[in-house]
Amino acid sequence: MGSVGQDSATIISAGSALTAEKLLDSGVTAPERTAEYALRLGDDALILAQRLSWWISRAPEIEEDIALGNIALDTLGHARMLLTYAGTAWDRSEDDLAYFRTEEEFRCAQIVEVDNGDFGRTVAKNLIMSAYFYELYSRLVDSADETLAAIAAKAVKEVDYHLDHAVQWTLRLGIGTEESAGRMRAGLRDVWPYLDELFEDEPLHDDLEGIAVRPSTLRAPVMERLEVVLAEAELEVPEVKQARTGGRRGEHREALGFLLAEMQSLARQHPGATW
Amino acid sequence: MTSENTPAQAPVGQQSESATGGAPAGRHQWPMWEVFVRPSRGLSHVHAGSLHAPDAQMALRNGRDLYTRRNEGVSVWVVPTAEVSASDPDRRDAFFESAKGKEYRHATYYTKSEGVKHL
Repeated sequence: MGSVGQDSATIISAGSALTAEKLLDSGVTAPERTAEYALRLGDDALILAQRLSWWISRAPEIEEDIALGNIALDTLGHARMLLTYAGTAWDRSEDDLAYFRTEEEFRCAQIVEVDNGDFGRTVAKNLIMSAYFYELYSRLVDSADETLAAIAAKAVKEVDYHLDHAVQWTLRLGIGTEESAGRMRAGLRDVWPYLDELFEDEPLHDDLEGIAVRPSTLRAPVMERLEVVLAEAELEVPEVKQARTGGRRGEHREALGFLLAEMQSLARQHPGATW
Repeated sequence: MTSENTPAQAPVGQQSESATGGAPAGRHQWPMWEVFVRPSRGLSHVHAGSLHAPDAQMALRNGRDLYTRRNEGVSVWVVPTAEVSASDPDRRDAFFESAKGKEYRHATYYTKSEGVKHL
């Protein structure tokens, strides 16, 4: 693309960043309950990444196409680490978990299932999810579970950028034109009903004191972040009823079935295929 | 995105908007920006390419996404393309002719004087 590309072969340094492969090589095994927790986080990341990757070749500008693709890829990386770790408890690979589970076995929150809609809705969803991920991972780095802490340490730096991207677009759409502000408002209204679920505590979190981040503790910091951004973007917090929750129990929206059908079809037709 | 040696021209009339980073322009009006990246082992920013963005803040982020994907850089500059003045590639011969044949402008042209040790 640019002249910088010629230099890159000599300056590639992947650093010591954690990857799914390294995690597997380390031979670590997740305790059962910890694995269930990692599965929730992993499914959130996986389904959001799948949704975001839809934008590749469809974004309003090629630069934005790449930005959303980057965010999808980062998020998929988080999913791979989390699902790999979860799978160690059940002797299942990340692919087993991603491609060979049915809808009701997924533990993602319903907000990540919501259709992309237009750019405004995608930005609204990214804003909420990146604020949530940021607050979550910045606490999970202190987890007593070393693997979860390491995954969070890698992820938090990336979601920091995702949040910045979403904030920048929220501001531009919010104070842009009548059209852009209208789309941003509609997008926020569409995804806002799924907020509560992100902050719902379960017995699982009681069992994982010191290991998991208690979802209810994230509500105040996430909401504060969102309110500040919306105020600056001259947008209001939508007054909408909260939807019925259940994603963490395998109760999902219709949209997830279609998403999984597309995501899993190739792996199911050609099990074990690599390329 | 373009990667020619000469900066591509931004659409006419976009200059003031891009320079001030004012209200984002419409889809077909995003102005062009030149991106400079300082490599992690380099001292100066090097032209990496160009891109479209609604304003300076977004241009920096797009520059990061496009030109630092493989850990190439530690710093990014963006400049509105419309603010770059470039020499005319079609007039290259005349423009640079004067420098040719003037070897005495290079240090290697000169022979070292006798007795000079540290040069």
